[in-house]
Amino acid sequence: MREEQHIKDEVMPDADGPVVAGTSLWKDAWKRLLKNKLAVFGLVVIAIMVVVVTIGPWIQQWLTGLTPDYIPEDGDQIRSFPPSWEHPMGTDDAGRDLLARVMQGGQISLMVGIISTIVSLIVGVSYGAIAGYLGGRVDNIMMRIVDIIYAIPYILIVIVLLSVFGGENIPGWINSLSEFFGGGAGLNQIFLLFFALGLVSWLTMARVVRGQILSLKNEEFVMAAKATGVSTPRIIFKHLVPNALGPVIVYATLTVPSVMLTEAFLSFLGIGVQAPYASWGSLAADGIKNIAIFPWQLIFPGVTMALTLFSLNFLGDGLRDALDPQTRKF
Amino acid sequence: MLKFILKRLLIIVPMALLVVTVTWVLIRVAPGNFYSTERSLPPAIEENIKKKYGLDQPWYIQYGTMMGNILRLDFGDSLKYQGQSVNEIIARHFPYSAILGLLAYLLALGIGLFAGIVAALKQNSAFDYGSMAAAMLGLSVPNFVLGPLLVLLFSLYLYWLPPARWGGPLYLIMPVVTLAAIYAAYIARLTRAGMLEVMRSDYIRTARAKGLKESKVLLKHALRGGIIPVVSFTGPALASLLAGTVVVEKVFAIPGLGNIFIQSVLNRDEPLILGIVAFLSILIMVANLIVDISYGFLDPRIRYE
Repeated sequence: MREEQHIKDEVMPDADGPVVAGTSLWKDAWKRLLKNKLAVFGLVVIAIMVVVVTIGPWIQQWLTGLTPDYIPEDGDQIRSFPPSWEHPMGTDDAGRDLLARVMQGGQISLMVGIISTIVSLIVGVSYGAIAGYLGGRVDNIMMRIVDIIYAIPYILIVIVLLSVFGGENIPGWINSLSEFFGGGAGLNQIFLLFFALGLVSWLTMARVVRGQILSLKNEEFVMAAKATGVSTPRIIFKHLVPNALGPVIVYATLTVPSVMLTEAFLSFLGIGVQAPYASWGSLAADGIKNIAIFPWQLIFPGVTMALTLFSLNFLGDGLRDALDPQTRKF
Repeated sequence: MLKFILKRLLIIVPMALLVVTVTWVLIRVAPGNFYSTERSLPPAIEENIKKKYGLDQPWYIQYGTMMGNILRLDFGDSLKYQGQSVNEIIARHFPYSAILGLLAYLLALGIGLFAGIVAALKQNSAFDYGSMAAAMLGLSVPNFVLGPLLVLLFSLYLYWLPPARWGGPLYLIMPVVTLAAIYAAYIARLTRAGMLEVMRSDYIRTARAKGLKESKVLLKHALRGGIIPVVSFTGPALASLLAGTVVVEKVFAIPGLGNIFIQSVLNRDEPLILGIVAFLSILIMVANLIVDISYGFLDPRIRYE
């Protein structure tokens, strides 16, 4: 796989025959992925989910005038109605349309998946690559630190991060990022949550990358880079990391559902996304309180989330088989 | 072997102390404290509280006292649950989590191993596809959705099972199933992958070539190698199961340790947080040690010198 990538896109001239273009690792993997029906199913569901969640609220507002925070003026309408033509998923306690809320919650849940995974990717890949490349005592200390963080319940770390950087102490760049999406204290807190989740989910990624780098760092191309005087950071990030990308991508696709679950869990406990914002997790948590009388309040957000996670897991599995057909971990 | 175990047991102590130290730093770094509420206290009262809990001392003295207490395994009294020692609280709530966790572990292991082995032996059969789809479902349905759905079905519509709380064996069924689902799914996937890999290896071919019975090849040779990844997953999984899974405790109103821990974090109940963290980290490390030891029994090629 590694060698394949080295000759990626390279044209291999035959002695006197016609010139044959080599297929790249990525093209190969893509072909294998498309053959995997379950992975394609996952990809399609996720694509649909992303589209519905992004433009769905606009279309709904245009068709029916309903928004996630629209509370009916008529007092008799302020109660939870079962699914109907007007409200396909029913309404919540305040008479708000549940479909609109599930779509809006989906925006936040999917954003958790993306942003937290990117944060965990950046931290985990750099940490693992540095530990693996430097080796020896540095590696030992860095990996013991990972062990220690593993042993601390992540919920404690998340709460501390949220309270240290929350409210007034919000870092400027998080603030500007949230302003891009509308801004405000509530949104700031949500973006802070994204980063906090990313900062507790990089540990396994660091281990995966370290293992890859350990097996790569004695290869000839690294020696060649060293001999030509390439700097250490450049060797790590330009030469080694790109070659470890396969397992990283695979692990990242599996991180997405796991951070989404963690966010839902935190929101379920009341630590995560706060009203007036909602995520699938916080909607389901609200629904659990009314499960005996208004079961649709739990079923719709819960099933939507389960379907998304289901598809993401299938896609992750398919990607792993496509990128790394030899190894079959779990 | 004995030397290896002793060495690992000795490492657990400094590791646990480090974990406690980091936790302590985290609690101290976060703004706010256990006694602050929305109303600010009169300065004199605040002074008294600080004096009582030694918070007026410099940080290194506070740290030293805390460490000294922990080395004597005395975590002190909870700040929130007045007059109850941390040890008492852990001893009172851990058994609930332990019983739940242990039952869920056994259930997950039984279902997972069975489904995984059969799926691997009959690769690409209907059973294989069916059980792997079920496993994927188990991984994807969050337990705070699964639990309430079970309650909805079995308690609120069918009236078969009690919906919540701690009682006879009937009360345990739904919490245990909810808790076990995701672990059973993981174990089934790991077992299947492990078995498929082992079945292709040389030593299985040798065993078959020797003319061993197929059942013997499977149970004596293949299974031992095939379940190594399962073992490395289930060690930490058992620890986290025993420590109580907050969601299940919350959904089914069970007074386990997981809920107490979340409450202690939200209450900034420092002695209780530190006590539970120390307890859990030792539990996890012992579980990992047991896993490492059992590798040697499962795979004769692994040796600890």
